[in-house]
Amino acid sequence: MSFVTFFVLAALAIGSAAGLLLRRNPIHGALFLAVNLGTIAALFLTLRAEFLAAVQVIVYAGAIAVLFVFAIMVLIPGKEETGPDPLRGQRLLSIPVVAVFLALVAIVMGSATLAGGARPPVPGGADALGRVLFTDYLFPFEVTSVLLLAAIVGVMALTKRKA
Amino acid sequence: MVPESYYVALSAILFSMGVLGVLIRRDPLVIFMSIELMLNAANLALVAFGQRHGTAEGQALVFFVMCVAAAEVAVGLAIIVAIFRQRRRLSVDELSTLRG
Repeated sequence: MSFVTFFVLAALAIGSAAGLLLRRNPIHGALFLAVNLGTIAALFLTLRAEFLAAVQVIVYAGAIAVLFVFAIMVLIPGKEETGPDPLRGQRLLSIPVVAVFLALVAIVMGSATLAGGARPPVPGGADALGRVLFTDYLFPFEVTSVLLLAAIVGVMALTKRKA
Repeated sequence: MVPESYYVALSAILFSMGVLGVLIRRDPLVIFMSIELMLNAANLALVAFGQRHGTAEGQALVFFVMCVAAAEVAVGLAIIVAIFRQRRRLSVDELSTLRG
């Protein structure tokens, strides 16, 4: 049963990623990206990371995908990918390069063995994650707030400026 | 229980597709979406490794990656909007002002 769930979710994730790569219209790409983020959230659920699955849906599907759709609406793109491609040779070359990259990753993963036996997975609720975040990782957690503040100020400075 | 190596393999495939998207697409918005794809693939591998080792630290790292991704998208889209206001076009191949 869990294998069936995994393979269905994996097929959905790869298919939506392929849709993002192949569709010319960026709004279709944004919708495919939302599907992909949703399947990743479901995969988190199958790994028993329930809190992260909820955060994934809220932050990625709820905020980031909507931000992409807003940006597409504001910019009205769509003409960029038509017309002659100035870098056609490089783009065609990128496909075998990525294939070699994937083969390298496969070789490394095939040769590596995970040390030790599998330990029982931790419960992925907010309590386990919160305990780690507020003890061992308290300083990075606080630095994150500075990062988000800097992002907010930077975005305001970029968009409010007179062009 | 599905072995963790399956999740890591799926993560490698999704990451490669993100790399391919960055390389073959010309629209900066789609390139940004491909970067999100790569970040998500890395998150999936982190959660899988964390569950394999039986600690919550992989999930903590994913939490930080999500924060960085959110900040990155906000700033990146603002930069794209600023570029669009100035030039009215959005092809990454035309933004070669800094080329020597």
